[in-house]
Amino acid sequence: MTVTDTFSTPPAVTAVKVKKRFRVKRETLIDHLILVLGALFMLFPVVLTFMTSSYDNLAFAKSGLQFGWSDQFFENYERAMFETSGFTGAIDGVSMLTNSLILGFGFAIGKIVISMMAAYAIVYFRFRFATLSFWIIFTTLLLPLEVRILPSYEVVQGLGLGNTYTGLIVPLIASATGTFFFRQFFRSVPEELVEAARIDGAGPVKFFIDILVPLSKTMIAALFIIMFVYGWNQYLWPTLITTDEGMFTLVRGIKNIIQSFTDSSSVPEFTVGFALTTITMLPPVLIVIFFQSWFVKGLTESDK
Amino acid sequence: MAIVSLKALQKIYPNGFQAVHGADIEIADGEFIVLVGPSGCGKSTLLRMIAGLEEITSGDLIIGDKQVNDLDPADRDIAMVFQNYALYPHMTVYNNMAYGLRNRKNSKESIEKSVREAARLLNLEEHLDRRPSQLSGGQRQRVAMGRAIVREPALFLFDEPLSNLDAKLRNQMRIEIRKLQRQLGTTSVYVTHDQVEAMTMADRIVVLNGGNIEQIGTPDEIYHRPASVFVATFMGAPAMNLMEGKVATGGIEIDGIGLLKSDHKLDASSNVSVGVRPEKVKLTTKANGITQPFVHDFTEELGAARLVHGRLGDKPFVINLHQEDEVPTGDLYATISPDMLHLFDTATGKRLS
Repeated sequence: MTVTDTFSTPPAVTAVKVKKRFRVKRETLIDHLILVLGALFMLFPVVLTFMTSSYDNLAFAKSGLQFGWSDQFFENYERAMFETSGFTGAIDGVSMLTNSLILGFGFAIGKIVISMMAAYAIVYFRFRFATLSFWIIFTTLLLPLEVRILPSYEVVQGLGLGNTYTGLIVPLIASATGTFFFRQFFRSVPEELVEAARIDGAGPVKFFIDILVPLSKTMIAALFIIMFVYGWNQYLWPTLITTDEGMFTLVRGIKNIIQSFTDSSSVPEFTVGFALTTITMLPPVLIVIFFQSWFVKGLTESDK
Repeated sequence: MAIVSLKALQKIYPNGFQAVHGADIEIADGEFIVLVGPSGCGKSTLLRMIAGLEEITSGDLIIGDKQVNDLDPADRDIAMVFQNYALYPHMTVYNNMAYGLRNRKNSKESIEKSVREAARLLNLEEHLDRRPSQLSGGQRQRVAMGRAIVREPALFLFDEPLSNLDAKLRNQMRIEIRKLQRQLGTTSVYVTHDQVEAMTMADRIVVLNGGNIEQIGTPDEIYHRPASVFVATFMGAPAMNLMEGKVATGGIEIDGIGLLKSDHKLDASSNVSVGVRPEKVKLTTKANGITQPFVHDFTEELGAARLVHGRLGDKPFVINLHQEDEVPTGDLYATISPDMLHLFDTATGKRLS
């Protein structure tokens, strides 16, 4: 009896499974529909920008944004990248791209280095007011750059750092977010690891470099992505601190480029502006695509 | 390989809590010492003081012929195995073992040689290129051991190294660790809260309670001649039966039970605690001079033995019977022979010999 019972169960199980699979499928369909609609909604302006950038200025001036494809693509992009512009003619797309990359990388790397070291000090060294200093750093999360922008400007100008990369990057790299993330991460690293390292003869610097940094690498990657995009998209600070056109970043430069194109010809050169906009969007998108898996890993799991 | 001495070691935390009250232990060369006690007894603190992970408030710590109180852990010539292994997760097994040697600027060849040697000893040869996360608990524990071995330290320190393993593996690793230590002949200090580990592994056991050393002795001495009530009840499962009584002529008078025969030489009418190991008591159906009436409540079957729970008078009393001895029916009597009694001063808890 029992034997036949045991043998008769599998078909029943399969039947239930089939039913279940069907239900799951319908849910997946609805999920995907919502996701696809959402993605289209988000992508539409970007696609429109991209498509319009292949038209000539006249088409744009006559009938606005274009939903189609024309033959001016390469010409527009070439002009966006290589035609010098501005009042002084000191800037073209390539040098703006360079400036933006320097800002993006400098900003992200600087923030990571500074916040990692700050978190290391707070978590691993007993000094007076450690907790207090952490909470002071933490409260600055509530204060965006804009709040301290005038004093920061005053200081940077006073040090003669206007129109330099140092002036552009350094005032931005103190990071409460990064310090907070690294602090939480370091606190979750078992205490015994430090002790094992001490017995193994690793001093504070060696422990940091040999053990903490490699352990944090997914965390570093995740923060790098966030910070790079954040740095790349900086607008207000670069606008304030760079008056020399040779220092312009892409985000800051787009508007000027369109302006200068407008000034120098009869038809406003908006489509070239669109081309430059597309170029501006590209690097952050690429970084996110390439580091996506690291990003998720760094924020959700830790390799301990 | 070294003689280690702890002289009046004290630990007082900044908040005023005294974790260790003057510990004096002399550890012979190659000896395996186990520190045992309930949680919070200061055993881990003491070990961490030896390791240099906790500062020594006062007293002297001598390893070999050097006073090492103020030396860094790395300079004390010790190696430590941690409870949760504390392996470096991002390094391979090889690098985990080699890391300490690299920091000591040993040559590449000598590092390679020592690591291979340790891996062979610990059966880790085919795992050298793996990460700790790819290993089982027992293997990780062996890597942690390997990391200690390659240093060839004067002193091994173990901080409850087996408590994260399951029971079966724990028994196996217990034997492996002991064998390895014999083979290497390195002086070792081992902390555990598990009395079985303490009894089976130790050359000598140090029983700690509330930051004080209760007794230092061989497992045999600790078990058969416990120096205090605490040691008597802490070591041994099931715990020793303990009763309060007064010294009388020819025995100990216990409230609600009567006279327990004993050939003591104590002053009459002083208060004593009487202890009897459960396995030293026999059950019979016939009363004689050294028996007490026993009321049987229930029996726990353990396979090799059975625990008979019951009462002497109104006091709970446990008897550990060998598997072949059945529990008789009818009126029961517990045979408590006078030389099996442990007598302790009730006030101080100390043994009265």
